[in-house]
Amino acid sequence: MHLVYPVVLAALLFCTGLYGVLARRNAILVLMSVELMLAAVGLNLVAFDVWLRDELRSGQVFTLFLIALGAAEIGIGLAIVLLVHRERGTSAVDRLRELREPRGTPRPAPGEPGEHPTP
Amino acid sequence: MNTITAAALVPLLPFAAAALVLLTGRRAPGFVQPLAVLPTLASALLAILVAVRQAGAEPLTAATTLADPGDAPTVHLALHLDGFAVLVAVLVSVVACCVQLYSTAHLREDPRYPSYSALVSLFTAAMLLVVYADDLIVLLVGWEVMGACSYFLIGHHWETPAARAASLKAFLVTKLGDVPFLIGLFALAGDAGTFRISSILARLASPPSPLELAHPTLIALLLLAGVAGKSAQVPLHTWLPDAMAGPTPVSALIHAATMVAAGVYFVARLLPVFAASSAALLVLAAVAALTMVGSALAALAQDDLKRLLAYSTIGQLGYMTGALAAADREAAVFHLLTHGAFKALLFLSAGVLIKAAGTGSLTALSRLRDLKRRAPDAYGTMTIGLLALAAVPPFSGFFSKEAVLGAARHTAAGHTGAPAAAGWLVLCAGLAAAVLTAAYAAKLWLAVFHDPVGARAGEPPAAPPAAPAVTAALWLLAVPSLLLGLAAWPLPGWLDDGDLAPGPGISLLAVGATLAGGLAAYATWRGAYEAIGSEETGVDPTPALLGPLRRHAAAGFHLDALYTAALVRPTRAAARLVAFLDRAVVDTYVRGAAAAPGWLGTLTRRAQTGNVQTYLSAIVAGVLVIAVAAVLVAAGE
Amino acid sequence: MTGRELLSPSGQDVVFVLVGLVTLGAAVLCVTSRHLVHAALWLVVALGGIAVHYLLLTAEFVAWVQVLIYLGSVVVLVLFGLMLTRAPIGPSPEADSRNRPVALVVALAAAGVLVTLLVDAFRTTWIDLDTPHGTSRQVGDGLFRAWVLPFEALSVLLLAALVGAIVLSRRPGKRPEGGER
Repeated sequence: MHLVYPVVLAALLFCTGLYGVLARRNAILVLMSVELMLAAVGLNLVAFDVWLRDELRSGQVFTLFLIALGAAEIGIGLAIVLLVHRERGTSAVDRLRELREPRGTPRPAPGEPGEHPTP
Repeated sequence: MNTITAAALVPLLPFAAAALVLLTGRRAPGFVQPLAVLPTLASALLAILVAVRQAGAEPLTAATTLADPGDAPTVHLALHLDGFAVLVAVLVSVVACCVQLYSTAHLREDPRYPSYSALVSLFTAAMLLVVYADDLIVLLVGWEVMGACSYFLIGHHWETPAARAASLKAFLVTKLGDVPFLIGLFALAGDAGTFRISSILARLASPPSPLELAHPTLIALLLLAGVAGKSAQVPLHTWLPDAMAGPTPVSALIHAATMVAAGVYFVARLLPVFAASSAALLVLAAVAALTMVGSALAALAQDDLKRLLAYSTIGQLGYMTGALAAADREAAVFHLLTHGAFKALLFLSAGVLIKAAGTGSLTALSRLRDLKRRAPDAYGTMTIGLLALAAVPPFSGFFSKEAVLGAARHTAAGHTGAPAAAGWLVLCAGLAAAVLTAAYAAKLWLAVFHDPVGARAGEPPAAPPAAPAVTAALWLLAVPSLLLGLAAWPLPGWLDDGDLAPGPGISLLAVGATLAGGLAAYATWRGAYEAIGSEETGVDPTPALLGPLRRHAAAGFHLDALYTAALVRPTRAAARLVAFLDRAVVDTYVRGAAAAPGWLGTLTRRAQTGNVQTYLSAIVAGVLVIAVAAVLVAAGE
Repeated sequence: MTGRELLSPSGQDVVFVLVGLVTLGAAVLCVTSRHLVHAALWLVVALGGIAVHYLLLTAEFVAWVQVLIYLGSVVVLVLFGLMLTRAPIGPSPEADSRNRPVALVVALAAAGVLVTLLVDAFRTTWIDLDTPHGTSRQVGDGLFRAWVLPFEALSVLLLAALVGAIVLSRRPGKRPEGGER
């Protein structure tokens, strides 16, 4: 089989995931896009492993690790998203902008709680 | 105590007193008066002691190296005690002593008396330093300290705008002369190869191969500018009448002993340098003549007592510079001494009179009666002072003026090295000024005191009698005003062994001039006095004497207006231009330098939206650009 | 590996391309769908497609792990997450942020760069798939001979992630809360 097929597919999947990460508003959708990117990376690893006939099966083993890490990541990520949703009432990433530069108004004093959800 | 130590103590004592008073005056006001008077008194006694010891002896010189700049001439802290120095030092310290004594009473209520007395002490110390110094740089230090002190003292009443303006004017005008003066000093030292005055004079006079200055006229004219500034000669005299805004004792000090005397003394000290250039002597003579006649006319037209005296000071200084132009420094210093005594006396008695009458205007004074009885000491001493000023024979002024005119006649006859034209100029102007001087002295006396039939109606305000210290100072100064003329015979033995005794011909001429001036003033005064009942004017004889000239003379011949038009306005315009350029151009850069980063910061802040996706987009885009660049570079190799 | 041409595809190539198209389509739908639940389901399709690719590349063990863990647990987790954050069932108009045009440009540029580079680099490379390379035995050998230490470390990491998730999602003790989870 031609190596270009899996590699190009992996690249396209990765870019799709990238688009999702950059364009999606819901944090869970962003996490899903991240999973897409991880899967694309896994496909790449397996393709090269098979092509190179690696005796240690490094690529496949790394893909396994990747899957495990992806599972852990989505667990933690979802926990964080849930926490944010519980605290702020939203899981839209572009509304969590507490760290932006205040416009026009002076910076709140250090002691002042800056806990207002941005409009 | 040897003579050098005593001489060193003379300027040091007032200086130490000044430093001490400035440091402690605020906290210990009780010590200020003794600290002001006693060191000055001690320094006066020491100066007299030095003078007595040095009488007619060889000049003493002592020096210690102050700074050795290598390739430039060495600066020495040097004293030179010749007849001129010790005599002028006696004059300075005695007048300063009288002024300090007088000030204890005159400025008793003044809250700034401590700083005032300290500055007077410092002023005295600086002048004494100038007098004794044998090094041009040390002399310059004293010279400049005097300038600063005069600024502070003239501006003593700084609450009034007149005093502020006068002090600033005095400072600026004298500094205007000091800049060429400084250049002249360096030029002189450059030509002579040393800063020591005694060495310069010795080399100029060394018989086999006298030192030839490379630029004698240039040096002399540059130095003359500084002298004209300090000694209030035309055209830099305008600060002196305005300096009357200061307290009266300060005027006495500036006019009689310090400051204005410094310029004359300096020329007397360095006369061989000036005599090396006949052009400089001619300029000096022209300046002296112009000063004498112009200031006498202006004095005649003044209405204010102190301003009149100020103009008379300028005129008398003109006599001194005239004597110097005739290359006779003995006459100049003789007149400096007598003038110092009688002018200090005149100012101090004028201060008493003004305090007693509550006004300094001659018109107002001429309406008041009984001033003679209200201020008997002022009356007596002022009469003596005015007689001396007018050069009436037995008084000191007569002898010294005679000496000046005699020196001028000598020069006119070609007996000295100075150009004859300078002698003629000084002689004619001196005689004309003698007439005018007698006229304004008579006018002053008549207008203030003379009331033969009691026609004056004004009642002077009730004022306490003069304090004993004031009276003591007045009579102390009256003695030399009366008797100093007799020094004409012993004095040459202390100085250059010339002849200061009055000659018969010139004496007759001068006495005639004095009489003419006095009589003219009396005649016109009579006219005004007889009309006193019918008119509301005072008994001012000036309008009849001067006619249409009076208006211009009263304004000092509009020299101030001329300066305003020629110098002050262009300077102000330039200053405004600079201020505008500073605000509109330079500040724009400064503000722009602050504003541009501010705007950039504002723009950059916009990028910090808080949106993670925006950041991530930017990062990925950047990574892409770098990757493409790397690939292109790799492909290019 | 000589004698093979790009334009003479084998059967595996054809299958790979077809499944790849499906996978890519599902992925694109996943990141563009306005229904949040649909997006999750399209993710399932995409991940399943990748599992098929693993099989085609003879990495069968990885393929099954992919199916088990990704399709089984991860997607279920995502669906739980959607439900717990009260995601709307119907199409939600605010699924995409305003960053979308930028994201599109960046993603297309990245895709262009990557595809150009990869095609250029691997134009003449073929994979020999005649002998299986990823059977359970082979991968197990590799995993437990060469990679056992990272494997154990990974188990610790998973434990840490587990604990972290529990700590994060625990309710704050004091605040009474009603039925959000």
